[in-house]
Amino acid sequence: MHTFTHQFFELTITGLVLGSIYALVALGYTMVYGVLQLINFAHSEVFMYGTFATAWVFVFFDQTGVNSIGGEIGFLLIALVVAMLVSGGVALLLERVAYRPLIKKNAPKLIALISAIGASFVLSEAMGLRDRIAAWFGLEDNLGNYVGNARNNYTMPVQINPKGLFTIGDYTVTDIDVITIVAALGMMFALQVFVSRTRFGRGIRAVAQDPESAALMGVNSTRVIQLTFFLGGLMAGAAATLYMLRIGSTRNDAGFIFGVKAFTAAVMGGIGNLRGALLGGLILGVAENWGSAFLGSQWKDVVAFVLLVVILLIRPQGLLGESLGKARA
Amino acid sequence: MTGTKKTARVFALAGVAALALSACGTTGGNNSANAGSGNSSGSGSCGHYEIAYMGALTGPNGALGQNMLGGINTALSEYNAKHADCKVTVKTFDSQGDPDQASKLALNVVNDTKVVGLIGPGFSGESKATGKTFFSAGLPSISPSATEVDLTEQGWTTWHRVIGNDSAQGAADAKYLTGKKVFVVDDASVYGKGLADVVRKGLKPVGNDEVQTGQTDFSATVTKIKGSGADAVFYGGYYAESGLLVKQLRQAGWKGLFMSGDGSEDPAFVKVAGSQAAEGAVLSAPAAPAPADFGTKYASANPGKTAGLYSTQSYDAANIFLAGIDAGDTSLSKMNDFVTNYSGTGVSGPIKFDSKGDIQTSTIYAYSVKNGQLDTANPAPIK
Repeated sequence: MHTFTHQFFELTITGLVLGSIYALVALGYTMVYGVLQLINFAHSEVFMYGTFATAWVFVFFDQTGVNSIGGEIGFLLIALVVAMLVSGGVALLLERVAYRPLIKKNAPKLIALISAIGASFVLSEAMGLRDRIAAWFGLEDNLGNYVGNARNNYTMPVQINPKGLFTIGDYTVTDIDVITIVAALGMMFALQVFVSRTRFGRGIRAVAQDPESAALMGVNSTRVIQLTFFLGGLMAGAAATLYMLRIGSTRNDAGFIFGVKAFTAAVMGGIGNLRGALLGGLILGVAENWGSAFLGSQWKDVVAFVLLVVILLIRPQGLLGESLGKARA
Repeated sequence: MTGTKKTARVFALAGVAALALSACGTTGGNNSANAGSGNSSGSGSCGHYEIAYMGALTGPNGALGQNMLGGINTALSEYNAKHADCKVTVKTFDSQGDPDQASKLALNVVNDTKVVGLIGPGFSGESKATGKTFFSAGLPSISPSATEVDLTEQGWTTWHRVIGNDSAQGAADAKYLTGKKVFVVDDASVYGKGLADVVRKGLKPVGNDEVQTGQTDFSATVTKIKGSGADAVFYGGYYAESGLLVKQLRQAGWKGLFMSGDGSEDPAFVKVAGSQAAEGAVLSAPAAPAPADFGTKYASANPGKTAGLYSTQSYDAANIFLAGIDAGDTSLSKMNDFVTNYSGTGVSGPIKFDSKGDIQTSTIYAYSVKNGQLDTANPAPIK
């Protein structure tokens, strides 16, 4: 309790930072749900591939040692683009292999859910076995820096140290904190504009509202679904770069816990609702930190999930309700 | 919904485990087929013996299990080079470190009549879940890595370990930290919490926290540590989390001494933390440094891999069983007597078991991170 009042600002700000990364990942869950009413459980692996892509960029450019954000900004931007493309690509692949054949055959939603869980394991294990996969092509030595020790933690070769910028309460806000929150909010804003203002966005909303009418109006629903997966993947890739900037280390199973949290954030905010994902993510991040301070870190998930249950009991549709199709999106 | 996901995950996990298991089984089968064909032209008196290994080979802690399997393979390749007409193979049982999976696999282990002894289980949790099964079957086991104190208090006379238990290590760690204001963190695992609790008993911590395995953001814990005014942190758990915790502590400007136990004593700790954040960290382990030539032997038996945490203990455990086979003690009860009365010096230190199956003398060493590297060659014994 003492710690809590004393370090309210530190706990809140670091919670918001983590929460904004949750929110970016939550967008992928929420968009796919909005369009297909389907929970893409493999989205956690889309995020995980982004974390690896980020680290690989730094390995590729041979960035080692210790540096500040300023010194690495160019590589960070490249990593951001690469991670977004890799995650977007994995999401597209997922749609093509694990969903489209099922949707085409009008399979029940439950089947698609199982397919997603299966895809999640395949993707995660493929990353964990990437040294063996490289060995099939005789590349395990050439690619050693990328695929070696496949099941161990894979770390960024460069250490990016945060720099204090300004102080709120007792806490010195660092450049990493600011960049994470600003970048996450910026991404979400861009997505929001895309969905609500562009022709493609109108297609997404149309399919979300009523797929059959949308098809009659000439919307190509397969395209729209592809686009939805891709956008979710882009956001997960951006989240992955921000995550690596802060944590700096990943593993083939790094997506699992993070995915559960992001999914929770999406449900808490109202699954299918873009702003809901943001709100849910931020609340979850802060609730975890406060819960940890009040009761001890072992209670943080209990606090977060009790909060989820309480919110759903009061508002079963989530804080902002479910609606990708409505004007709110 | 999350409930659905978790349940689904569990089922899926079981499915994957089954796949992994059958894959392992196949590998084992291939090995024995090879050994068998080399054997057929040799003497007819040679029985075909297997040593079982049970522990995590895949899953989150698969890397540790691979270190153990590498150690076993090193011992076997030495032995088999000398006994070309009577090769011994290892049969792996991948529990993923999970007690539930381990208890199911335990039945497969005891039903395998070729198995003369078990190396493992790798972790304390799975050891607890399976000890009774192995004891009732009379199967001698030597764990290279399970250090929880209670394990040798169960009266399982077939259960041994070649590693000092957490009580010895925790007491030494508390001694090492004497005079400091210590904040103790653990990962709530049987091993991590067990070790941290011994440390807590040995000193008066200024604060405590418990995190989760798999957690990557420790901002709340970092805030608490800074707020407590601690000048030392002890972490009970594995390097995946301890590395990230020390990194985030240093990034937040905390300058005290960071100490952890053998679960973190691995070069990967420095990798995860980053060399700058890891600098000066002290990691204790109940094992002497491996002799210089062990690394070479290991690399030649396991191409492309380097020895890691628990590799030396696994190598020693395998050698005990191999010595038993050489002595002709291949029945389970004779093998158990052989192991129980074994006395020798392995690469991890002198080995002799007390009446409970614990290693008799175990010196705890403090390894430190110097110049950006875990100095595995020159640890200081904690006395």
